[in-house]
Formats: sequence, structure tokens, C-alpha cells
Amino acid sequence: MAYHSFLLEPISCHSWNKDRTQIALCPNNHDVHIYKKDGTKWTKIHELKEHNGQVTGIDWAPESNRIVTCGTDRNAYVWSLKGEVWKPTLVILRINRAARCVSWSPKENKFAVGSGSRLISICYFEQENDWWVCKHIKKPIRSTVLSLDWHPNNVLLAAGSCDFKCRVFSAYIKEVEEKPGPTVWGSKMPFGEGAGGGWVHGVCFSHSGNRLAWTSHDSTVQSDLSVSLSSETLPLLCVSFITENSLVAAGHDCYPVLFVYDGTKGSVTFGGKLDVPKQTSQRGISARERFQNLDRRATSSETTEQGLESLHKNSISQISVLEGGKSKCSTFCTTGMDGGMVTWDVKSLESDLKDLKIV
Amino acid sequence: MSKNNDSNQFRKVDVDEYDENKFVDDEDNGESQVGPDEAEVDSLIRQGNLMEALQAVLKNPPINTKNQNDRAEALMLKVLSAFKSSDIEKAVQSLDKNGVDLLMKYIYKGFEKPSENSSATLLQWHEKALSAGGVGSIVRVLTARKTV
Repeated sequence: MAYHSFLLEPISCHSWNKDRTQIALCPNNHDVHIYKKDGTKWTKIHELKEHNGQVTGIDWAPESNRIVTCGTDRNAYVWSLKGEVWKPTLVILRINRAARCVSWSPKENKFAVGSGSRLISICYFEQENDWWVCKHIKKPIRSTVLSLDWHPNNVLLAAGSCDFKCRVFSAYIKEVEEKPGPTVWGSKMPFGEGAGGGWVHGVCFSHSGNRLAWTSHDSTVQSDLSVSLSSETLPLLCVSFITENSLVAAGHDCYPVLFVYDGTKGSVTFGGKLDVPKQTSQRGISARERFQNLDRRATSSETTEQGLESLHKNSISQISVLEGGKSKCSTFCTTGMDGGMVTWDVKSLESDLKDLKIV
Repeated sequence: MSKNNDSNQFRKVDVDEYDENKFVDDEDNGESQVGPDEAEVDSLIRQGNLMEALQAVLKNPPINTKNQNDRAEALMLKVLSAFKSSDIEKAVQSLDKNGVDLLMKYIYKGFEKPSENSSATLLQWHEKALSAGGVGSIVRVLTARKTV
């Protein structure tokens, strides 16, 4: 588990390139910085300056090597690498509030942007006009769209929003693709909806697209199965499937947590904390310390948790799968408000935390 | 020169009502959920069967209705104060996840209107409920759309 501190500022969003040697991230300002891995060091190789507002979403398309960024300036840019320089192309999203999240579709012929204007913009490239065109999904979204995830069939899109609901939309664009086959989400243009008690921060399809899970601000993890899991932690901000049956989620508690999705029992259950710090040696507690604890915390217990013992020192805002895809993930990465990035290795987690079972 | 003699009534118009993008909550108010049965709970307390009393008072929480909320809250307080300190932990263990969340909601509701001894008992209950439900249960009290 390597912790690398990029900046002192929060990392607003990040995205990796195809071979995971470069990372594009936003250091809480109007730019996007691209860092390249040099052994164990990271060097900044590009600065993408075009946005007039904070960049809220970055997605790097692995096959076509294009980066799409969206920001609070209500614009999105598609960047292509020409030689050694990244050149932006403006995409007019026709929104009147900030864009919040962006995601390339699996075939990379379109991307979706969620915004504060209570709609999702699906953008695709029109060859004749050499221009990115966007279509809106408006009904029945009632508030800001916070998170998006595409289904592997390139047509379905799950969106989590501040109106407490997670919905599955059809983002079928007839100019760009043919009609999709039936899925578990309905055979014609399907439309599913799940309600929760808080803003839906993170949403994720499983690798096959048959399962959907989302985290919400009332500290619950819900899935397309009926029962929701009330978590004992602070709200989780991001979630990702790492196998067909396991999810990793992370949030304001600064450590990732494992959940097990059990199709047969129809529930999601808590699997374990994924960041157990090494136990420091137990030293005897002096009488003075006991009184101090009693004064400060009304208990004379021995645990002196001076600071956070997790790797991240502030909320984790984004989680991304590095190796293995969503079906057999072997490494994943988290970035957070402490400006740091941690890469987690699934095998070593399984061996370190003995009762952890990643099914 | 010219005095504005027209009426100022326009200043009293609530323009937000006419905004077509206004977020309308689609929760149905007036869920006529009757609060917990008072007589039943009282008799259980008198009998000394406190665990049952707790379960009974947590059944049928009145959601969003004004008058019944206060009655339910007063009843809840009676049950909680009737417990001995040593029994609190066992009682909390006997509740399921939803029960712990509901208990937390009542505890915080009780904090809002402190009376003679209520805060002390409520704090004891809070400590035990916190160890059972974790910070997540407090987050759920804060984000809950249905007040109890």
C-alpha cells in the first residue's frame, strides 16, 4: 500500500491512462496536471489550462487516448494528444449550472456529463460538422446529478442524484450505434429507479452490468437488491465493484471498506475495513494520563488515538480500479482531500487482514 | 415630483411559489400512523417488563405528524427513564439495526427539550446506542427526511 502525497490541496478528481503510467488530476484549481511515473517518483509532464472554473470531473479514454474534462464553468473539453501537446476541443453542454461528473462510455464514442442543472448531457461526435453534439436527459431528475456509471452495453447509464434517487437511463443515440439487446434492466428502453434517504454520492455497475450498487449520504450502501445496508461509518463517497460479488467503498472515514454482495441471500453485507494500521506497542498508561483522559474525554481508556491512523488523512473522494477490471481487480487507487493517492493491492490486503475474504 | 400612490402589495407576493423549477417534495404528509399504544406501554412499565415496553414504544413511530410526535416523545422518555443504568446495554443489544436508528432519533428529539433529569438518562442511552450503531446511526438522524 503505497501512499504518495501529490499536493497539499485536495485532489478534486483523477483519471489514469491505459497502461497506468500517467495520471491526470485536478489540484483543486482550474487546471489539469498530468503526472508521469518514473520508478517510484512522479513528475509533472503536462498542464492543461483551459477551464475557467474548478475542474470537477476527468475521464481518460484508454483506447482512443482522449481526455474529457468538465468543470464549474459549465463547459467540457475533449483533449487529444497531438505530438507532445494536448489540444482541447470545446463541447457546448447547454447547461446553466456547473458540471459535476463526466464519464466516457465503454466504446468511447460518447460521454455523459452530470450537472447541477438537473440533467445529464450525452455528447457524441458528429462527423459531418466536425463537432461534439449533446442531447439532454431531463425527466425525471429533480436535482444535481452527482455520479454516473455506464453499463457495459454502452447504452445504459446509472445516475445518482441529490434528489435521493439512483436511476438507470437509456442513453441510446441512434446516430452512433445500433439498438442494444435486452438486459436485466428491461428489454426495451428501460428505466429503473431506486430511492434512498440521502444524496447519492457514488454509483457503480458490476463488470457484467447485472448488478448496481450505490452509496448515499445517510451512510447506507444500497444495491438493486431490495435491502439496503446501514453502515456504521460516516457517509461513503465513492464505490466500485472489484469482483462480481465484492464492492469497495470509501468516504469521509478516510479508509476503504469492503462489502459483499450476496445474490442468493439478497443483501449486501459488511466485509471489513481495509486499512488496519499496525498496532503500536502497548505502553503502560500513567496516572497523570489517566486523569487527563478523564478530563478531556470522560473516559480513562488506554487508547490514545491522537490522530487518524489510516493512510489517508482526510476524506477519500474517488476510487478507481487500476488492474484487473471490475471483475477481478488486483489493484485499486484512492485519492482524497488530503492531496494524496494510495494504491491498494488486493492480494496483500487479503493476506494482511486474515478474516477478509474477497469472493 | 410624482408620488408613488400605487399599492405595495406586490412586495408581499412569494415569487418562489411561481418558479417552475421549484423542488416539490413528493413525500406524502399526513401518514396517519398512530403512535405507540399508550395504555399498553404504561401497563408494561408498571409490571416491570421494561424490555417489552421498549419494543412496544418503538413500534409504529408516528412520522411527520405534529401532535402525535410530542405524545410519542413523552412516552419514550418515560420508558427510557424507567430503565436502570445497568440494563441499558442489554436493552440496546436486543434491538435490530432499524430499532437502534429509531432509538437514536428519539434520543436526539429528547435532547431538543431538556427537562429535569432527562439529559443524564438520555446521555447514558446515547453512549450505548452509539457503540451499537456507530456514527452512521447519528448521520441517519441528521439526514432523515421523516422526523419522528
